[in-house]
Amino acid sequence: MKVLTQEESKRITDRIMSLTKADECTVRVAGGRTGNIRYARNNVSTAGLVNDASLVVQVAYGKRQGTATINEFDDKSLEKVVRRAEDLARLAPENPEFMPAVSKQAYKASQTFSRASAAIDPEFRAQTAAYSIEASRKNKLVCAGFFTDSHSFQTVANSNGVFGHQEETNIDFTCTVRTEDGRGSGWVKRSATDVARFDAREASDVAIEKALRSVDAKALEPGRYTVILEPAATSDLIGFMLGGFDARQADEGRSFLSKKGGGTRLGDKLFDAQVNIWSDPWDTDVPVMPWDAGNMLARERMDMIKDGKVSALDYSLFWANKKGVRAIGAPGNMIMGGTDKSTAELIAGTKKGVLVTRTWYIREVDPQSVLLTGLTRDGTFYIENGKIKHPIKNFRFNESPVTMLNNIEAIGKPQVIAGDEVPYSMLIPPMKVRDFNFTSLSDAV
Amino acid sequence: MERRTFLKISSGAAGAILVPVFGNAIAAEELMNPVAIAFKKSLADAAMNAATKAGASYCDVRIGRYLNQFITTRDLNVENIVNTESSGVGVRVIANGAYGFASTNDMSLDSIAAAARQAVAIARANSKLQSEPLRMAPVKGVGEVAWATPFTRDWRTVPIKDKADMLIAANKAGLDAGASFMTSTLFQVNQQKYFASTDGSYIDQDIHRLWAPLSATAVDKASNRFRTRDGLAAPAGMGYEYFDARPADKIKAAGGVATLYTKSYDIVDDARAAGRQAREKLGAKTVEPGKYDLVLAPEHLFLTIHESVGHPTELDRVLGYEANYAGTSFATLDKWRTRKFKFGADRVNFIADKNEPGSLGAVGYDDEGVPAKRWDIIKDGVLVNYQATRDQAHIIGEKESHGCSYADSWNSVQFQRMPNVSLAAGKELLTPDEMVKDVKKGIYILGRGSYSIDQQRYNFQFGGQLYFEIKNGKITGPLEDVAYQSNTQEFWNACSAICDQRDWRMGGSFFDGKGQPSQVSAVSHGSATTRFNGINVINTARKIG
Repeated sequence: MKVLTQEESKRITDRIMSLTKADECTVRVAGGRTGNIRYARNNVSTAGLVNDASLVVQVAYGKRQGTATINEFDDKSLEKVVRRAEDLARLAPENPEFMPAVSKQAYKASQTFSRASAAIDPEFRAQTAAYSIEASRKNKLVCAGFFTDSHSFQTVANSNGVFGHQEETNIDFTCTVRTEDGRGSGWVKRSATDVARFDAREASDVAIEKALRSVDAKALEPGRYTVILEPAATSDLIGFMLGGFDARQADEGRSFLSKKGGGTRLGDKLFDAQVNIWSDPWDTDVPVMPWDAGNMLARERMDMIKDGKVSALDYSLFWANKKGVRAIGAPGNMIMGGTDKSTAELIAGTKKGVLVTRTWYIREVDPQSVLLTGLTRDGTFYIENGKIKHPIKNFRFNESPVTMLNNIEAIGKPQVIAGDEVPYSMLIPPMKVRDFNFTSLSDAV
Repeated sequence: MERRTFLKISSGAAGAILVPVFGNAIAAEELMNPVAIAFKKSLADAAMNAATKAGASYCDVRIGRYLNQFITTRDLNVENIVNTESSGVGVRVIANGAYGFASTNDMSLDSIAAAARQAVAIARANSKLQSEPLRMAPVKGVGEVAWATPFTRDWRTVPIKDKADMLIAANKAGLDAGASFMTSTLFQVNQQKYFASTDGSYIDQDIHRLWAPLSATAVDKASNRFRTRDGLAAPAGMGYEYFDARPADKIKAAGGVATLYTKSYDIVDDARAAGRQAREKLGAKTVEPGKYDLVLAPEHLFLTIHESVGHPTELDRVLGYEANYAGTSFATLDKWRTRKFKFGADRVNFIADKNEPGSLGAVGYDDEGVPAKRWDIIKDGVLVNYQATRDQAHIIGEKESHGCSYADSWNSVQFQRMPNVSLAAGKELLTPDEMVKDVKKGIYILGRGSYSIDQQRYNFQFGGQLYFEIKNGKITGPLEDVAYQSNTQEFWNACSAICDQRDWRMGGSFFDGKGQPSQVSAVSHGSATTRFNGINVINTARKIG
């Protein structure tokens, strides 16, 4: 579906409001186009273009709520989706935790749109794949990669007068390059709102260099090591931990942020004083919509961790109301403060340590301590006297990000990184961390 | 990779915004009216004619209508009820020896023909970077046929109130038995899939699946500790009779430490046990790290099978098509070619099966029109075969496809996905209680817990829901903080006993993720209770700040 203008979207949301007989109504419209190209074994395997849009209508009668969605926008379909939501609301039992729709919000626009990204065509995608494929063939390497770009819009509205509409663009590129004999593997990831910040050749070269350098990895005994963690090595660990910043879970005693005897650890210093993590919808590197599409509250710049102290928790509308706390739109991005130091400078200042390109298949082992397990992948190196000495075999780790963020020795310059399983963009610095817990070796390359 | 997707769907308020990605909400009365077969055939013919005319050497068309219903509950409240529908057409072609794919939700003849022509144009563009043309194993056209998941009660006809009442009754039972908090969710899936191809097949299928995960949490505020115990039932490919809770379908775990379920599920009974056991876990002994003989119940072992046997024997991973996402595989072609690669001990036999009744992977035909079948993957411990689609069969010397092609929607392209991969039961009579008698120092593990494995499937770490210490042939009491780490080949070669067919049952993964853009599939894995000797166990308890 084409990207709707504000006027076109407003016509739809106004029509929905006029059709419903329910006590209240909220509407979300989102859509646009997503293009992608996928390649493997130095060949394009699939390429596609998806045009789609959805209209979500949520209505309530008292504390009974129903939700219906549709992707047709003619008058008959609009009427149909409203009646379906109303039917479901009448069937639903009363929810004692139901919260009424939020009052009118002031949304301050963020720069989520780039004209250059919106103009990406199949030729551009093919050329992106061609850079990796041709450079890999030239170096007798084998690449597999995926490039996807989107141009979309999002509209939110409710019967209390809330209305917001904004366009956004995104690109995401990942590429894995392996040696023909499978003894070396390198990887790169790039994400951006504006494709002008993306250089397919530069990105492919990073993966190629890591693949060539990672051949003939030596085994290092598992144990606790000083590590230099590139942003892709910590993004999902930190993202996973922030997913546990839920105020209700903490208050209920089922979170690592629960306090002994009751209450939460809000305000406690749980991390190294160098740790500052916040969210900001207007950040120019990782801009996001200025509203939380779930409850339609306006987002604000929010400090999650300030100078190592827990400085905010996430409150649902219900829990904020129950606890007498002002509810704010949930964060849509994550930014960790850093310095001007490059990864190379962090390596140069390390006598003995391990450089980790990325971590993978991260799962929670114990929610009590946010103990996570996972593995290193696609470029793990031994550092001696400030230099990368040789590649080493991959490790499994069992470590808590809380412990990791307590053991920071140095922080570098933040870089944009999109999470693998964490669904938002982040700005994370490379970090030098002591005593990172590698528990076993993996033969995987 | 077993995804965390379902957590997002069931996380309360977020559900309302996340669930609709599955499709459009529908009124109950519209659920029961399938799209007329003659209409679907005319759409498919339009696509195939347009593709052929545009120069395609092959074309297949998938017309899908996907109906889902999700009910999420928290303690005594129903948080969300969502009905979704998604309909449309996906057209795949081969032109110039390369694939092209396009899809549309506009089910008009013109729009579908346009999608077919677009697919041909994409195939031509892709062929420029193609170094070798596609080779498809032949499939004989089957004409007009139909297949449906066997069931006796259609979930679409069960009143929403009855389902909500059942989940709330389960939550109440858990809370009454000791849980501080309960959640339960009901996932119901119906895929109406029509497949047609230029090979002469017109296949109409009606597929049903169910899953009802639950979780009990017990909190001790004084010590600031909490523990959870999730449900022990498997998702299933059947109708609402799954919830009949027939007494004959309840069995006792070894030592009577838990009640387990075979062909139907007593969710209230399991929730009650979950509430009690979550509370008991707060006082359980912490494990001493070291080597143990592990006795693994099918409710736990299915996920270890999925990750360490199912994924590494996917031929697309072996060949490198998943290198940029899920990874490759240690089970390489050179190892397979020797016909001597000892994946596991002699007693280890793995069978791929797309026919097993009640399984998540059971279908009549795959998404390339290949009839469902059954074949050996590991025989007497040796790697003998893989899981292949039509374009992969020639690579392993097969004359026909294994029928492993699947797409999760009409708008996603089909590719190689895992069939049910199951461990054959032991040939000698052996019960779980008899198996425990032979263990001097061991741990009995039930339920799916934490899971992680490397990108070539060598090194893994798994946890469970319930752990019991075994000393000198007896289960002595519950343990906590247990995870085992091993290497796939070492682990399956350490397999020292498998219970017999009487103990064989399935577990399953409802949201298995693979591909870019990522697609989910559902698959079952059967086994009997199985023992592994001398496996490394770690203690997972940690202290923070």
